[in-house]
Amino acid sequence: MSKFPKSLMAASVAALTAAPAMAEKLGLGRTATDAEVAAWDLDVFPDGSNLPDGKGDVWTGEEVFADACAVCHGEFAEGAGNWPKLAGGADTLDHEDPLKTVGSYWPYLSTTFDYVRRSMPFGAAGTLSDDDVYAIVAYILYSNDLVDDDFVLSKETFADVVLPNAEGFIVDDRAEMEYGKFTNRCMSDCKPGAVEITTTVVFPGDPNSGFDATPISQAVMGTAGAATEAAAPATEAPSEEAPATKAPVEEAAAPAAALDGELVAKGEKVFKKCKACHKVGDKAKNGTGPMLNGVFGRAAATVDGFKYSKPMKAAAEGGLVWDEAELSGYLANPRKYMKGTKMSFAGLKKDKDIAAILEFLKSHSQ
Amino acid sequence: MSNETKEAGTSRRGFLKGAAAAGAAVGAAGAARAEGDPLITEVQEWASGLGEGVDATPYGMPIEFEGDVVRRNVEWLTADQISSINFTPLHALDGTITPQGCAFERHHSGAITLKKEDYRLMINGLVDTPLVFTYEDLERFPRSQQTFFLECAANTGMEWAGSQLNGAQYTHGMIHNMEYTGVSLRTLLEEAGLDAAGDLKDKWVYVEGADASSNGRSIPMEKALDDCMVAFKANGEALRMEHGYPVRLVVPGWEGNMWVKWLRRIEVMDKPVESREETSKYTDTLEDGTSRKWTWAMDAKSVVTSPSPQMPIKHGKGPLVITGLAWSGNGAITAVDVSLDGGVTWQEARLAEPGKKMALTRFYLDINWDGSEMFLQSRAMDETGYVQPTKAQLRDVRGLNSIYHNNCIQTWHVNAKGEANNVEVS
Repeated sequence: MSKFPKSLMAASVAALTAAPAMAEKLGLGRTATDAEVAAWDLDVFPDGSNLPDGKGDVWTGEEVFADACAVCHGEFAEGAGNWPKLAGGADTLDHEDPLKTVGSYWPYLSTTFDYVRRSMPFGAAGTLSDDDVYAIVAYILYSNDLVDDDFVLSKETFADVVLPNAEGFIVDDRAEMEYGKFTNRCMSDCKPGAVEITTTVVFPGDPNSGFDATPISQAVMGTAGAATEAAAPATEAPSEEAPATKAPVEEAAAPAAALDGELVAKGEKVFKKCKACHKVGDKAKNGTGPMLNGVFGRAAATVDGFKYSKPMKAAAEGGLVWDEAELSGYLANPRKYMKGTKMSFAGLKKDKDIAAILEFLKSHSQ
Repeated sequence: MSNETKEAGTSRRGFLKGAAAAGAAVGAAGAARAEGDPLITEVQEWASGLGEGVDATPYGMPIEFEGDVVRRNVEWLTADQISSINFTPLHALDGTITPQGCAFERHHSGAITLKKEDYRLMINGLVDTPLVFTYEDLERFPRSQQTFFLECAANTGMEWAGSQLNGAQYTHGMIHNMEYTGVSLRTLLEEAGLDAAGDLKDKWVYVEGADASSNGRSIPMEKALDDCMVAFKANGEALRMEHGYPVRLVVPGWEGNMWVKWLRRIEVMDKPVESREETSKYTDTLEDGTSRKWTWAMDAKSVVTSPSPQMPIKHGKGPLVITGLAWSGNGAITAVDVSLDGGVTWQEARLAEPGKKMALTRFYLDINWDGSEMFLQSRAMDETGYVQPTKAQLRDVRGLNSIYHNNCIQTWHVNAKGEANNVEVS
């Protein structure tokens, strides 16, 4: 079959009539240097061509993944919140609500490598070394039970890996399967019997004005598709709002101390791990996590408009204030510090990273 | 259902007759009173004092009363607001051009700030000379100008399994329609020279953006040389940041993800990259678990934008304008039909202008509403003879696990009070 619908070919002639005719080259632009092409031409093909030199093993991958990826994708690539799951879903593609992951759906390993290398981590794209990318991809394969724990991914072993769904795609066949069927322009008596409502809207209110979040029909919602690839049907009521009242800040907790500029700069780098969810600085708004301007010395759970977890609200009622000790404890191991927190971050293992990030947050709290 | 449609709106007499019949139901606003409407009989402040001078707003914004005609998102649809989507307020617009300020946004790593001075466009791969252009270089090539719609492949995706969101903005708002000015992609490829590519039939171009997501897509050479455009103006002015300032790719009729924003590189290749956005996303999983890829063209589709859930009928019985939009990625819209009874009977709507290829077409149906409930639907036909299908027809072919490329007929249930809801019907 042709990849191009005939109609498109016919349409193209007319579409071009108003376009300017090109005669000679205009001599505009300049020749790209090899270094420039090498810097941008990073795409990797399914056969592994254009892969960089390098290698990475599963265990290194686990460490790098915990550090760079787990905040959104979970410690075991199982996904956190609405962020994409990278593992699981084997043999679910012909089931209701298939789980599409690297292991169950992606046809080519090159796609994973290419995407991780160029576009991840979210908020710090292009910062991983090629070896780290190889290691992360090896770990994602391991999380999907596709390689053993002694596997080393490299330019040389790349072609050995065939993903389970490699043969699962067909080229657009709408021209054969659909276009011939969708030609009947019936004008009257087009349906037998009376027309009745079979499904009514799940979210009846306007999502932005006094949104009634109570689904009328859970059954329909359960099979709902999603707007974008990262999306999943809502599982929690979106109308819950944090209390708008601000608790008084204890003055003693926020001394205006002199900042260590070097440490602030280090902290800014560490903060890249947080940036996907938390914003600071001018115009910072709430994202997946609350905005963090003024967090140092602030009473917990007091950012307007952010929906805090129940344990966080309870701790706030108990008088929790984000001073040095509390923030250090939280950042070292969020889920241990506060069971049930919404913050799906593995924690900062190094004390010096915690010290740096605290200094950075202080700089946005004065 | 017995709504009259033949006379009303098409002749002055018919219109007046309809209005008189419905007169009592129309609200008091604007109606004559014995002492006269004070808005007419009394001198109003705006008719006596002075308004704002020029330059009060150097770049004008809509008047405050239109403040709710804005893009809106649905927060819980995505994991965060950066890799996310919002929706064009289709319900409140008329005509076909989408103002840039309310044209929907879809970012994969946020809308970036990229100065013209910092902009570079590289063409490399199987070309005679790999080139780098500055923004100024692009402005020196012969220009073309044309209006096209951009529809996200996921538009109406939430509705696949059932009626989900209540409003044309949310069900169909991942679309906009702008008049683009730019340079044809063919011109730029020819400047770099395609002799090195040999036979162009099986060649591809890979396009990527300058943002962190890089959002790369492979486009067959045939399309690249046909009607793609490297655009720097939309609706006469510079692209907005959220639409790829200073330069984006225009891929007429094809899914929005291919219209790479902040376009920074075009590579000529002998095979597709099979990037994330063309394998793991924007592909359609069928009932047997296989998935369609390269489903680039957006098939013919339409929606009634008013009345609709966000645009209830407030004036009661009588003359009613039913209006909506139709489009096809395979050519021009040739006709739009509207049904008031859920698809049993159809009548042809009036096109405001003849359909243009791969651009939005506005349709109207002027009726005399008798106040009875309606199941409002619209159905688009394009120049290939394609007739917009029902959701059931699409599900018959694709099963229940698809998300993208849902171009089904939409139904609004309008009750006797004029309120509208998103429903599916038998």
